[in-house]
Amino acid sequence: MLLRQSITRNSWLLAVFAVCTTLLIAGTYLSTRERISEQKRIAEEKALLEIVPRERHDNSMLDDVITVGPEAAGLDLTESKRIYLARKGGEVVAAIIPARAPDGYTGDIDLIVGVNADGSIAGVRALSHKETPGLGDKVDIKKSDWVLGFNGRSLHNPELPGWAVKKDKGVFDQFTGATITPRAVVAATLRALQYADANSKILFARRGETPPTGEQ
Amino acid sequence: MSDVSYKELSLNGLWKNNPAIVQLLGLCPLLAVTGSVVNATGLAAATTLVLVCSNTAVSLIRNIVSDAIRLPAFVMIIAAAVTCIELLMQAFAYELYEILGIFLPLITTNCVILGRADGFASRHSLAPAAYDGLIMGTGFGLVLVLLGALRELLGTGALFANMDLLFGPAAANWKITVINDYPNFLLAILPPGAFIFTGLIIALKNLVDANIKKRQAALRARPVKGAKRVRVTGNIS
Repeated sequence: MLLRQSITRNSWLLAVFAVCTTLLIAGTYLSTRERISEQKRIAEEKALLEIVPRERHDNSMLDDVITVGPEAAGLDLTESKRIYLARKGGEVVAAIIPARAPDGYTGDIDLIVGVNADGSIAGVRALSHKETPGLGDKVDIKKSDWVLGFNGRSLHNPELPGWAVKKDKGVFDQFTGATITPRAVVAATLRALQYADANSKILFARRGETPPTGEQ
Repeated sequence: MSDVSYKELSLNGLWKNNPAIVQLLGLCPLLAVTGSVVNATGLAAATTLVLVCSNTAVSLIRNIVSDAIRLPAFVMIIAAAVTCIELLMQAFAYELYEILGIFLPLITTNCVILGRADGFASRHSLAPAAYDGLIMGTGFGLVLVLLGALRELLGTGALFANMDLLFGPAAANWKITVINDYPNFLLAILPPGAFIFTGLIIALKNLVDANIKKRQAALRARPVKGAKRVRVTGNIS
């Protein structure tokens, strides 16, 4: 009888604890929810602004999007993501396309590739990766400016065989001690460019009318 | 039970019973995030915050929960504290949150926290429990930062890189390049480096302890002051 009583008491106590802690978490969640989504938006926009700075567009890129899913050829996405369009005076000047390099040294490398309306690259950034610190993580702009080497490149600069790391007779540097990571990023960037080329009618509704300026 | 000396608590947390290098608790985050000073500092701060919160809460409820359900109750408190801190960090220090990534929720599983909740906070009143959390977190954090500094220095030849992620744009130029054109020493940055340097820190601590002991022993063995030496050899004529 005593045992039964103590079990009942303990169960109730635990239940009360569960309710209290859940309430605490729920309260924190509700009171931080708006700020968190705002922070996420700012962080997201920051990456976009690095590729297409404010001078080059006048719209809100975060609200001017085309959703692409895993079926998009060449992007290798695992889930639906968004293509962001940068416009100036209504004309699309650049599209920022999500891409995934599935063949990184340690798992996927998520990239965004900014493609100008003339087909040249506005910028490439690695959003998330798990590459080896000190070796493969040079794809991250925080660690190395290697990704800036893509700026201004296009499908014809270099021509297709050149779209590889130097070890594979291409034009892009590899890292000392790491070839797999840059190889994966170069290949994914090329595929994103090809995607942009194949879908240019959708992405850049009136292509070529406003060639980008300044950015290299 | 409540008359604990804060001096003793501090000494325990920082040195004698340091969670990281004496109790060897919470090694997973210790080894995983100490690749650089900024990561180590971020996790140290988060862990300390969780320790203080959980110790405080556990101490508050110590007379309500029975022995049988204390562990599940503590785990719930710790998990709730970690989740709340994670949410708050996401709201107010988003970039730091991004860096710490998976290690933030994993603080829940850090044995230091449950260890202190059960081993100390559940038996002491509010103030000493909170202080214990603070000082244990600091002890843990100091080792974390030391390890991060060692590994960053030997791994990349620089110190305090990317500190702006933690302390705002003003800290962007805190980076000190100690050795120019340093070829990265990967072993230090990769997980094996963490093990090796943790081992070295523990060895160093043991060496210091052994030295202190030796000195104390020597102090005790010293002859009583004022004793006269008596010449016992030679011929007395």
